[in-house]
Amino acid sequence: MTRHAGGTLPDTDRYGLLGHPADLAGHLRELGPLPIPRVVDHAWRQALVDALEASGLSGRGGAAFPAARKLAAAQRDDRAGVIVVNGMEGEPASDKDKVLLTRAPHLVLDGAQLLAASGGADRIVVCIPVGRDAVAGAVVSAIAERLAGGHVHTLEEVVRPPDHFVAGEESALAQWIDDGRSLPSFRPDKSVRLRIGRRSALVHNAETLAHVALIARLGPGAFRAHGIPEEPGTSLVTVTGAVARPGVVEIERGTPLVDIVARATPTTAIAALLVGGYGGTWIGPRHFDTPYASIPLRTIGASAGVGIIVALGAPACGVVETARMARYASLQSSGQCGPCVFGLPALAEDLSRLAKGSPDPPLMTRLSRRLEQINGRGACRHPDGVVGMVRSALEVFGTDMSAHLRGEPCAHRGRPTQLQFPVPIEV
Amino acid sequence: MTRLQLSIDPVACDAYGYCAELLPEAITLDEWGYPVLDGKCLPPELLVLATRAARDCPRRALTLRETKRPD
Repeated sequence: MTRHAGGTLPDTDRYGLLGHPADLAGHLRELGPLPIPRVVDHAWRQALVDALEASGLSGRGGAAFPAARKLAAAQRDDRAGVIVVNGMEGEPASDKDKVLLTRAPHLVLDGAQLLAASGGADRIVVCIPVGRDAVAGAVVSAIAERLAGGHVHTLEEVVRPPDHFVAGEESALAQWIDDGRSLPSFRPDKSVRLRIGRRSALVHNAETLAHVALIARLGPGAFRAHGIPEEPGTSLVTVTGAVARPGVVEIERGTPLVDIVARATPTTAIAALLVGGYGGTWIGPRHFDTPYASIPLRTIGASAGVGIIVALGAPACGVVETARMARYASLQSSGQCGPCVFGLPALAEDLSRLAKGSPDPPLMTRLSRRLEQINGRGACRHPDGVVGMVRSALEVFGTDMSAHLRGEPCAHRGRPTQLQFPVPIEV
Repeated sequence: MTRLQLSIDPVACDAYGYCAELLPEAITLDEWGYPVLDGKCLPPELLVLATRAARDCPRRALTLRETKRPD
């Protein structure tokens, strides 16, 4: 790690999301008080925007929107806001937000407090799905400690939305808080504000908020001392699949994919990487040294998404695993839009036939047409994610695809999946 | 210049398909009967039909908007 000599830059070795004490006393001892002045004036509000701008922080929930621009837009809105802390993490392979909210709840809550004070929000709502009681418990305890310690400016509460794949999509989350329906809404213009009652809903991924808390205390230089100049900072990544130590690692942006996977100790040769989640992108060995950063990933058709890397260990069959993911995704539609409700099961059925090695002759033509037709036609991007993932599989697993199309037997269909699913998946 | 743009609310749409019957020049149906827009600008001569298609949609899922674009 880089250490800055002299100047006003703080000690950058303190920059890290996971190494801090989980209790409030330890948290304050290590990082100092929450840097919100007694009187919040325009200069302070602007200073936070400037610090985020200088840091280059982008959202860590998948959309990678610049944090400074999101805060500046909130400041321009004269309505009171609700800071929605998105701890939904609906991706079955993801653990980063669970780990962060359990191990550093005060960091996440501090980030929410800073954005609330600076952006004019009067309520902080932390969303943790039903069933994840340990995570919710950690946050509830943290909030109790903060109340007792007078560490709260804006009221904090934990709410428990239902646990399904698209429940954490920002419009679904805002709608659930507003009226109890956990459904994405159709927003032709994404710049139009989400609402909770008469307030603006500002949905932030938990990890993004933890970065905000550190940048506000340590300065943008501490963040920029990590990563690469065009994409500074650190990121939490969940690494799973054929690795001995699956789990969450904090990495520097720009670290080659292969080095990130190495930290989880692969158990075998890796055939492919699934980057970004189940709506992400399969990547073949020739791109394993791609830096984990937006532009290099975009160049190979991928994105960091929600910070997941699944290592598919050889021997394995990417066709079978892709069919399983498509099946799972088809079961996770919120059931609103025709192209998703009918399209995803049709896609899953095509892939299942392929996985079984019993394709009918027009299968590939039909599959291509369906991928084309489903893409971009839902209210949310759930179907688009599936389409992108399947398309990448067609590219990366070309050899396996050909074997399946010829009807050759595949030894892997009967074997357990290397992926994780909360429900049994048959293909 | 002004251009006309159709859009479909996929949550509201229930695949009645009237829009594709009225406006096959711009709207086709997918294999499940849901409308697919061709994505192009709507030619002005289709304005009357497009207005009718939007008005007649039983789910009010089809909308026609004028968007101003600096060209």
